[in-house]
Amino acid sequence: MKGVRHYPGFLALTVACLVILYAPLIVVTIYSFNDSNSITAWGGFSLRWYTDVFTGPEAPRFKSAAWNSITLALIAATTSTAIATAAAVAMVRGGRFRGKSLTFALINLPLMVPEIVIAVATLIFFSAIGLTPGYLTILIAHVTFCIPFAYLPIAARLQGIETNYEIAARDLYASRAQAFRMILLPLLSPGILSGYLLAFIISLDDFIITNFVKGAGMETLPTAIFGSVKQGIKPNIMAISTLMLAVSVAFVSLSYLINRKGRQSA
Amino acid sequence: MEAVEIRSVVKRYGTVTALHGVSLTIGDNQFFTLLGPSGCGKTTLLRLIAGFEAVSEGEIRLFGADIAGLEPNLRPVNTVFQNYALFPHMSVLDNVAFGLKMKGIAEGPRRDRAGKMLEMVHLSAFADRMPQQLSGGQQQRVALARALAPEPRVLLLDEPLSALDLKLRQAMRVELKQLQEQTGITFIFVTHDQEEALTMSDRIAVMSNGRVQQIGTARQIYEAPANRFVADFIGETNLLPVDVETVVEGRATVVLPGGHRVLCPAGDASPGKHHLSIRPERISLSDAGDIRAVVERVIYLGTDLQILTRLPGGTPLHLRLQNSARIAVPVAGATVGLHLEEGAARLLVD
Amino acid sequence: MLATKTPDTGGTARTTPLLLPTWVVIGVFLLVPVLLMAVYSVLTKEFRGGVIWEFSTAAYEQFFITRGLFGDEPAQVEWTYIGIFWRSIWQAAVATLICLIVGFPTAFFIATRPPASRGIWLFLITIPYWVNLLIRTVSLKFLLRDKGPLNEAMMGIGLISGPLPLVNTNLAVQLGLFYSYLPFMVLPIYAAVERYNFALSEAASDLYASRWVTLREIILPIVKPGIIAGCILVFVPSLGAFLAPDLLGGAKTFMIGSLIEEQFKGSQGNWPFGAAIAMILMSLVLVVLMFYARSAAKGRP
Repeated sequence: MKGVRHYPGFLALTVACLVILYAPLIVVTIYSFNDSNSITAWGGFSLRWYTDVFTGPEAPRFKSAAWNSITLALIAATTSTAIATAAAVAMVRGGRFRGKSLTFALINLPLMVPEIVIAVATLIFFSAIGLTPGYLTILIAHVTFCIPFAYLPIAARLQGIETNYEIAARDLYASRAQAFRMILLPLLSPGILSGYLLAFIISLDDFIITNFVKGAGMETLPTAIFGSVKQGIKPNIMAISTLMLAVSVAFVSLSYLINRKGRQSA
Repeated sequence: MEAVEIRSVVKRYGTVTALHGVSLTIGDNQFFTLLGPSGCGKTTLLRLIAGFEAVSEGEIRLFGADIAGLEPNLRPVNTVFQNYALFPHMSVLDNVAFGLKMKGIAEGPRRDRAGKMLEMVHLSAFADRMPQQLSGGQQQRVALARALAPEPRVLLLDEPLSALDLKLRQAMRVELKQLQEQTGITFIFVTHDQEEALTMSDRIAVMSNGRVQQIGTARQIYEAPANRFVADFIGETNLLPVDVETVVEGRATVVLPGGHRVLCPAGDASPGKHHLSIRPERISLSDAGDIRAVVERVIYLGTDLQILTRLPGGTPLHLRLQNSARIAVPVAGATVGLHLEEGAARLLVD
Repeated sequence: MLATKTPDTGGTARTTPLLLPTWVVIGVFLLVPVLLMAVYSVLTKEFRGGVIWEFSTAAYEQFFITRGLFGDEPAQVEWTYIGIFWRSIWQAAVATLICLIVGFPTAFFIATRPPASRGIWLFLITIPYWVNLLIRTVSLKFLLRDKGPLNEAMMGIGLISGPLPLVNTNLAVQLGLFYSYLPFMVLPIYAAVERYNFALSEAASDLYASRWVTLREIILPIVKPGIIAGCILVFVPSLGAFLAPDLLGGAKTFMIGSLIEEQFKGSQGNWPFGAAIAMILMSLVLVVLMFYARSAAKGRP
């Protein structure tokens, strides 16, 4: 008897699913090491496309795009995480207050509205108030839609922290601010870190909204890659893709491990 | 033919053995109980009979047929689950009719039979309600009706009364017993509550640590426990470490802690150290009694008096007396004489 | 008991300063823009892109009505844009179906693994999601191209004689959408199956149901909320998707996302029209979400 949880064929489908999910990425990774100008014929293992990314003819463009992406992500993640932390503390520890469900809807709004609609609306807005598309417009847009992504892990973690600790601290003469800084914040930090990483990746990876509000002169890594792909897939694109892939995986694994460790300690 | 035969069944989960070679037979039209503390293997055994798990070794036969490899949905056995497992998205009637639907019975006859089952458990008025709208006791009766509707040859009940409060539980015990007599189906009942087992069962298998300790009627198990576990688990008892001095013609001379000697049936015992089980209600106070003990405490229990005494040397011995005006209640600290009823002492071989 | 009461950090006065940044940022930079977009959809288009602040329903008219090439024939229904919307709905629906067929068994399988390994399976499923959507779509395009590895492999083992034109087809777009949003189908179904009480499956089996009948009669109705959530989470983003249709599709698979993007490109842009299309898309999404909210509310007794 196989037990009531067993369904024949489900394992095969799951494996097939994983294969489908990973195949394109693995193929691109393999071909990024292809020592050949053609992107189809295999010419041997080589790192030349990685060197091309960093030193080849398109390198300056990609470098400045990467620089933009990274700085944008850093600033956007920091800002949105700070805002989200404050919001999470208010929502989870605030008890009942006026406008709570409205606030909840507002926080989730960026997740509900289709990305392209956000892109259009944001473009229209900046145009209407006369703000020139560029670094600042991208940054503002990123901060806005990163807030819910930072919020989710922070709120989740906060809900898991018992209120006993803060109450005990207040009982021992700590002020509200002290209880927050010395008790809650350290316990919350894995969630905050997790939210930060999430916001960082979301900002780094964003394409549609960035593409709409960036204006002519600016490029971020995704928009630069997109532009390049439109002209045909070249091997150096695959090298960049693999690099970004590695960064994403590293960040997500980091976030996952931090969460795991955090859950074990509180 | 026996309803269920369990032959040397072993069940392992990885490195843990849940059942060590269990064998027993259950007759047709019996109310048979598997009794034991948590973790003794009774539920495991039940699940093996139902088919939710496979045996590691051994055989299970249902009316002579080997069912070891059969999936649960092919066994003519139905289960009443501990938490009822009523399908939350179906009405009470549809729940009860489910087994019939699976057996391919047409809708009309199906509804009729389900309706009759609900009548039998006095829940006809609730046929169109959803399970969540019913109380625990009502849900339990729906689970019962659902399991009986397909007319199984054996009904398995996995601690079905444990979630009910006392009064309801007592009422249900009577109802279940009557149902078994009415339908003539073999009931295999799992519980950790010995009072339940004693009141309802035709035969009881007492289990502990994956083994059957004793099988018998309620009387046999209570009055003639086979070993220390059974003696201690069923009812209350005094378990005294004793010395068997001599065994002559099946009667043993036993030295109690404190020095006094008694005679009792020897059973399998040979001279040496063993345990003696004496039920508290079989000891009485008597000035002429030759066991002397010091009263430590008298506890008033309404219907009974519980008297805690200590034998010379300090070994505790407690008695239960029915509360009555005739008894001179002893004072703490007094020395009293105790008398053991004929047959009260039972020697347990270690 | 003292310990179980929420500490008194609440009250409207205290939470306001904490929530102010959120209200300001999302309110000003999302809510206001969306409202502004609604306004723009009824303004007049300016030739170089942008708008003239004059009320006009031209944008919506352009969407629904045609007056012939020169604008002087009697009004008739304009099917082009409606057709694009219809195709987008169709593509999104097919992608959702593919996600469901592959995603349900996957989610079910993972939810029935021993608790220790469940986390790892989930991790494996979600890692690809964390790779940049652009990169994933590009990778898929690379894989499916005429001269790409998939075709080469199939020709190599003799499965086909010439390359299968996979890119620029409806199928490629649907695959791209499936690839983009699969985890959104898997996770809600996983959560629902994980909460499912398998004693019910045992009860069904005990009452003579085979495992497939149990799946149909017992499991599916109970995990339905998870399935619906998954479908919504795939369908809605697929409707407005841009990358998959743009990179993997061609002229014949033109979808809403690309249509909107076109309206804001350079001097051929038509901002009010783009805003109008975006408004229609948002209305569509709102209708779907309302259906979902209503069915979720109905599900609760």
